[in-house]
Amino acid sequence: MKAPRAHTGGGFWRRTRAMLIKEFIQLKRDRLSFGMIIMIPLLQLLLFGYAINTTPRDLPTAVLLAENNDVGRSILAAIENTRYFKVTRQVRSEAEFDRLLTTGQVLFAIEIPAGFERALRRGDKPAILIAADATDPVAAGSAMSSLGQVVRTALQHDRLVPDSGAPPFEIRMHARYNPAAETSLNIVPGLVGTILTMTMLIFTALSVTREIERGTMESLLSMPITPVEIMLGKIVPYVIVGFVQAALIIGIGIVLFGVPVLGSLLLLAALSTLFITANLSIGYTFSTVAQNQLQAMQMSIMFFLPNILLSGFMFPFAGMPAWAQWIGETLPLTHYLRIVRAIMLKGATFADLHYDGLTLVAMTIAVTRFRRTLD
Amino acid sequence: MNTAPEIAIDVRGLTKRFGNRTVVHDLSMQVPRGAIYGFLGPNGSGKTTTIRMLCGLLTPDEGEGTCLGYDIRTEADKIKLRVGYMTQRFSLYEDLSVRENLEFVARLYGLADPRGDAQGMIERLGLSGREEQLAGTLSGGWKQRLALGACTLPSPELLLLDEPTAGVDPKARREFWNEIHALAAEGLTVLVSTHYMDEAERCHEIAYIAYGELLTHGTVSRLIERSGLVTYTASGGDVSELAHELTDKPGIDMVAPFGASLHVSGRDPAALEAAIAPYRERPGITWTRTEPSLEDVFIDLMSQARDNFQ
Repeated sequence: MKAPRAHTGGGFWRRTRAMLIKEFIQLKRDRLSFGMIIMIPLLQLLLFGYAINTTPRDLPTAVLLAENNDVGRSILAAIENTRYFKVTRQVRSEAEFDRLLTTGQVLFAIEIPAGFERALRRGDKPAILIAADATDPVAAGSAMSSLGQVVRTALQHDRLVPDSGAPPFEIRMHARYNPAAETSLNIVPGLVGTILTMTMLIFTALSVTREIERGTMESLLSMPITPVEIMLGKIVPYVIVGFVQAALIIGIGIVLFGVPVLGSLLLLAALSTLFITANLSIGYTFSTVAQNQLQAMQMSIMFFLPNILLSGFMFPFAGMPAWAQWIGETLPLTHYLRIVRAIMLKGATFADLHYDGLTLVAMTIAVTRFRRTLD
Repeated sequence: MNTAPEIAIDVRGLTKRFGNRTVVHDLSMQVPRGAIYGFLGPNGSGKTTTIRMLCGLLTPDEGEGTCLGYDIRTEADKIKLRVGYMTQRFSLYEDLSVRENLEFVARLYGLADPRGDAQGMIERLGLSGREEQLAGTLSGGWKQRLALGACTLPSPELLLLDEPTAGVDPKARREFWNEIHALAAEGLTVLVSTHYMDEAERCHEIAYIAYGELLTHGTVSRLIERSGLVTYTASGGDVSELAHELTDKPGIDMVAPFGASLHVSGRDPAALEAAIAPYRERPGITWTRTEPSLEDVFIDLMSQARDNFQ
């Protein structure tokens, strides 16, 4: 007979330590979780640190110069010198302005009307017309407030206006789509997209790993059902769930926050379905890659984070550096936010947004194909 | 239409590798229709992998064959329609009720009357009155019966059962096997993997697989006969002391305690008798020559296989 093992007695610390060692070993085994521990703070820090700018610069601006002369050019130069504005388009008609603003290609449209210089010299107080896309009050706010002083300084520099006294011109500003600069008008449509992204991702991200963990996937695959049928069967119920969520948020937004829906509800519904499907497909892809539910959850969070920070939901999209915008362009939420805000606040029609819709379709297809080649 | 050949499973040279590890190597077997075919072997011997290849869940790296007359490589969808596969783990949805689980399976197989068929199966299983109970709250034995019921619901021609009775009490196990025999009597072919010797003895034919190789197959009596094993049973006295002394003696291939008695087996009768001769006169111990049990045969096969593969 062997002698019984020696016991030193199990104190509080000994048992706690045993638990602690076990947890560390398990953490070390789960490579993905281990990676997340490093990646999540790193990503947050880099995104917050470099990409986010609450007083955005280089906002895309369209300019209509009715007369080409020194005054116009120096005003433009001064405007660009503020670094708030970046003239990306020179247009010839006001109709073009409207189109660019509605589709969100520019945030500002500046018009210097015909005869501005002559009127200025005559002391007629001519007006510079500025239309701003105020759906995002944060993006438009500081740029707009700086404008009057900038133009005046530019003209003083050119000795066209006196150094003191009332300004000899007028800046007629028009904050379109959200004249009262109410943040909720911008936030509510944004929340539709954000909430849908989060819930749709997590629902499907867990769906396949849950079946694998519970052992039901094996018998499911041995039955006469194909992977595509499994995927469709899992995604469709959540399309309905997503639809209900979207309706709920928009409904509450209208009733409690007075958010308008200027565009077509049908169009909004159609594009929302597309967006929901895109997110479900991404979640489903995570689900097929992850080895367990924890990993699927972490992948969803990793994906959700840039969606929140780089899509234009929290911070003005136009204010981000180019690389961050480029990442943002690959996220479905970025495109959806433009769609929802444009339809609800600007009354946009599909023709304005076909590019965004197409991007969503492409992403859905890409993700679905990715899943199929994994088999 | 399927011509219903007399052989339900006919595979040759099946090989499956995961990475550089060969899990099943050059496995060939034939299972006649209507037979209960036992599939035995130690843990990790490739039983589950073989079963998965048979029902189209895995594609073999090498080898070919048919299941119910359909090619296992190219006609997996036809096989899936006609095969019921019961996985090792309980594979029904624990958060669905008994009825919902059965109706789900019935719908997947495209049965004309999922509700009616599910109700019929509930009655056959003796689960009437518990239709609405969640499957996860059933006891182990009932779970297995329900899983078997789900497998047989679409009237398959072949059942693949992967350790169906692991962790089930003896009474439930016996009822489970009575059901399997009843199904076989109706013409169903059953391939069942198990670790239980009493279950192996209930099979018409058995195959033994170790380290991915099929070592032997046939009826129970043929296997015992073919093993060439001679067994003596020693009973009474201090058998654990005796076991200690006999282990690793030349001529003795295996010593296994069975409660108050000891099975001492060897492949060479003369050498075995010579080895135990010094102990035969030990007081209090009676020696009788007995037929080796199936377990003796398998443990012997296992140790031989280990010699060959390690």
